[in-house]
Amino acid sequence: MKSFTTTILILGLLLLQPHSTQAQCKNFAKKICKLELAPYVHDGNYNAAILTEGEDAELFKTFYAGQEYRISICGSESLAKIEFLVMDVDRRVLYSNAKNNYATSWNFKVEATQQLIILVRVPSSGNSGSELASGCVAIMFGLKAE
Amino acid sequence: MATGFVKRIVKLLGLLLIVGGVACKSEKPSDKSLKVTEDELAADSVISQSIQSVKQIFYSLPSPLETALILKRSGAVYNEDLLNPVENVAHYNTSKSMALNLGIYSTDLSYASLFDQTQATINLMNASKKMADGLGILNAIDNSVIQRLEENINNRDVIMETISETFLNTNSILEEDDRVAIGSIILVGGWLEGLYLATSLVSDEKKMDNELVDRIADQKFSLETVLSLLKQNSDNADVMEIYSDMQKLSEIFYDIQISASRVEVVPASNNGATILRSKNVITVNPDVFNKLKTKVKELRTKYTA
Repeated sequence: MKSFTTTILILGLLLLQPHSTQAQCKNFAKKICKLELAPYVHDGNYNAAILTEGEDAELFKTFYAGQEYRISICGSESLAKIEFLVMDVDRRVLYSNAKNNYATSWNFKVEATQQLIILVRVPSSGNSGSELASGCVAIMFGLKAE
Repeated sequence: MATGFVKRIVKLLGLLLIVGGVACKSEKPSDKSLKVTEDELAADSVISQSIQSVKQIFYSLPSPLETALILKRSGAVYNEDLLNPVENVAHYNTSKSMALNLGIYSTDLSYASLFDQTQATINLMNASKKMADGLGILNAIDNSVIQRLEENINNRDVIMETISETFLNTNSILEEDDRVAIGSIILVGGWLEGLYLATSLVSDEKKMDNELVDRIADQKFSLETVLSLLKQNSDNADVMEIYSDMQKLSEIFYDIQISASRVEVVPASNNGATILRSKNVITVNPDVFNKLKTKVKELRTKYTA
């Protein structure tokens, strides 16, 4: 009877895992990623997802003239590095962190309001036969206050 | 007794299967955690291709805090008469009205805080708390938040940090609970309030060459994001009603012309920020502006009634 109950509880925990993973992602974004925005003020938006090696995500956002921003991308420890690109609406690359030692943040200011696309990618580790890593990736924006 | 216990366990298992099923079904494709090796992928190119193409799309609107910062930077002044009265909280009983007005109060409180209107900020945070509690977003704004605001009335940095934290709590709790439709309504409510404040604060409606009007015209870009964000939740009837309202705004924005030059990247100097150099030429006809202002006011009145 005891082992039957244990099996059921384990099964239940496995079924509820996606919810718990989201909760871990939330805590990761709040406790780790947000700190990297300082001294900029976090805008308050939450953009985070669980990504596996080889997967990517895109974020569309309008950036306003005169406002200085910091983009901070952070991934959980299970992911070796995260690549991110900032592109204009024609998908012309304006910034790539891969060309900057995989920097996790970038400060910029737009002279004219425009929509930009942030592409975040978890590169494949290339370890043949190994299990693909997955983890939380958060995209956060900081605002420079006067 | 043992039979009764087994029955209860079977019921529990059934419940867990249902809950688990819902959680899996509601997950976005990219949230799936795949446990396969690269050798397995090589052997099955179909799986490999599907993983490569999995992509999560985020549409990010200016947060209430960002909206307030842009307003202030554009020369807006503070006008308390424009805020949604906190007494109105008693009118909001549906999820849609509470979500819209949580966004509206959030923008109002960000606006008030940037103009050092401490008491208004605290009152609006209390109103936001009532909306958040009503939506079941418990602990997003707790009493310690109000207390922190009260204890730091002269410290704008702490106030901004506190406001930012409450938005993050609200957004992340809704995401975690798979209530992204409600989250999108809150964001759109906040965005519309920013547009309402901005259009109401333009003093001379015949003089269109000022920074505030330019930032209002810029909302043409954000409106595209608003529509995409709402469309992601098109299975929700409340969202679709708001989508229809936003399409009417879009028809007016169509007559606002913005031509943009190509972006030139100017590298950062002395640890400063990189500049993305470009120029927009904005053409806003005063009649179009008035049409926009009237429509925004009409929608805002509808949402705060």
